[in-house]
Amino acid sequence: MSANLFDKVWNLHKVGVLPSGRDQLYISLHLVHEVTSPQAFAMLGERGLPVASPGRSFATCDHIVPTDDQTRPFGDPQAEAMMAALEANVAASGIKFFGLDSGRQGIVHVIGPELGLTQPGMTIACGDSHTATHGAFGAIAFGIGTSQVRDLLATQTLAMDRPRVRRITAHGKLGKGVGAKDLILFILSRLGVEGGLGYAYEYAGSAVRSLGMEERMTLCNMSIEGGARAGYVSPDDTTFEYLRGRPYAPAAGDWDRALAFWRSIASADDASFDDEVVLDGSSIEPMVTWGINPGQGVGISQSMPRLAELPSERREGALAAYAHMGFVEGDRIAGKKVDVAFIGSCTNGRIGDLRAAAAVAKGRKVAKGLRALVVPGSMQVEAQARKEGLDEIFREAGFEFRHAGCSMCLAMNPDKLVGRQLCASSSNRNFIGRQGSASGRTLLMSPAMVAAAAVSGEVADARSL
Amino acid sequence: MASDNFLRARVSGRARPLRGDDVDTDRIIPARYMKGISFEGLGENVFRDARFDEAGKPREHSFNDKRFDGASVLIVNRNFGCGSSREHAPQALARAGVAALVGESFAEIFAGNCVSLGLPAAVVSAADARDLQDMVEADPTLSLELDIEKRELRAGGRTFPLTMPESHRKALVTGLWDSTAELLPGAAAARALEAGLPYLSWARAVP
Repeated sequence: MSANLFDKVWNLHKVGVLPSGRDQLYISLHLVHEVTSPQAFAMLGERGLPVASPGRSFATCDHIVPTDDQTRPFGDPQAEAMMAALEANVAASGIKFFGLDSGRQGIVHVIGPELGLTQPGMTIACGDSHTATHGAFGAIAFGIGTSQVRDLLATQTLAMDRPRVRRITAHGKLGKGVGAKDLILFILSRLGVEGGLGYAYEYAGSAVRSLGMEERMTLCNMSIEGGARAGYVSPDDTTFEYLRGRPYAPAAGDWDRALAFWRSIASADDASFDDEVVLDGSSIEPMVTWGINPGQGVGISQSMPRLAELPSERREGALAAYAHMGFVEGDRIAGKKVDVAFIGSCTNGRIGDLRAAAAVAKGRKVAKGLRALVVPGSMQVEAQARKEGLDEIFREAGFEFRHAGCSMCLAMNPDKLVGRQLCASSSNRNFIGRQGSASGRTLLMSPAMVAAAAVSGEVADARSL
Repeated sequence: MASDNFLRARVSGRARPLRGDDVDTDRIIPARYMKGISFEGLGENVFRDARFDEAGKPREHSFNDKRFDGASVLIVNRNFGCGSSREHAPQALARAGVAALVGESFAEIFAGNCVSLGLPAAVVSAADARDLQDMVEADPTLSLELDIEKRELRAGGRTFPLTMPESHRKALVTGLWDSTAELLPGAAAARALEAGLPYLSWARAVP
């Protein structure tokens, strides 16, 4: 038995043990955005502390940026104030900032990998729960609160309890038209939204190995939805090839040394884990959520569960979900009429996601009366999509093709649901009110499935179009 | 830093029951109320959409229930605080008068954020959480005493065992929950560790 990646990377970054018993953990990369950092910079200022390692922090703006008219000042004075605070804070502390004029702005979890900042063997933190995305590269990455952003700015370290590590092995091969989003929604439907409390997840097995980097990011991204603060995939040649040539990736002269290090921190075949879960990837079909947490999902051909079929501890939650969604137990999820289709977010706003959606949209039309949005995850994704003509395919079909940002995933910007609208969404959370309307309703699914819903006007199996 | 002001070994007061599993941070503080550069004013909007309908009319909700005005302990169920890492969630609760939480389980980032604010999030069994909710529902004047040091909660003549991660318990009872203060003495050791990290040798500035 040998150490798993998590233990190797943790030990490499452990500074010592703190008086509270927590470990002091050095953080390789701190990603900063406008929502969770202004209070942290203010607290630092109140204590008269400087930013310890400005070179290890990188900032961008994503949550509040409008995805249509980005002229400054923004129409929303609160958004403008947050943007101005971020600009002032990074300028004063010497932190590199990818703003709207950089050509590299985007959702923080899209640009880190895209720029090659995210690398295997690192510890990565950001004031955002979807930081686990970066685990796709074999990094330990987790979301932190604002007081911890303060800790990180002040010391480049965090006070952390080491979690246990659970390996989730997906054997077999995912079917055609089934991808990482379906795999993670399936895992969440099995292990529940609290099943990962106290754990970091290592995703393994042939169904995971065969995923490209963008899909691995989708998989790791939603670890927090299962209660696991971190999720990762041990790095391999797919990882290394993705990194080669990216702006912050090791230069040619450093490449071999980097490769040797990256290989050294991978989990070996005989690595040990605190817990193991095994599932069959080939049995999974496209998944759709029917409820108000991401664990409430079913395959597209299945019916929504009857309360009596559910384990007793899940019944109350299902009851609340049906009440909010206006669905009836035992009904099919396929055929539910959709009002809005949203393609984007840190989960599914990358070029591969846009390509998959465009393949469905091509030559078809968005259903009458339905609003459909495509929001690239970054300026670079947007530029690539334009280069490939995807923007034209989407516009031809009747989608809005917008600028990079978090958009309707969490509605801290003008993109919001209205009233009880039902939204087919490639994002990560179907919580009540998440998409900006207290009575709005969200169905989580893959980008191809969202596109299928958009052109069908109802939840539909993208594979049969 | 570990002055008496920071000690959180004991919290006592009346309690408010808030029933339901998987209560997420979007419900605790909807994102549209997080627009701002400070945490000021969050308390007024705690559970905003659960407390008021879209026309602003109050709904039936624990935080609208006058019987629990002034309660300082919030009694919840399973996986409370799941979802986002927003510290705005415990900030909103604290600003709405919550000084401690008791529940069957808490999402990890949320529980850590609570400790960062010196707010105990104590775990009891599922049955005890429901019993406590029933007890304060029946008698909103009932006073609870959380003894973090001894890991127990006393209420209505009963004693309930409490758990929480040992590091959280220690931080609260010794006043070390201000993590920046706890981390700063390790700065030199962090620098030394940093100097030996392989990937920093190939890190470069990009224009």
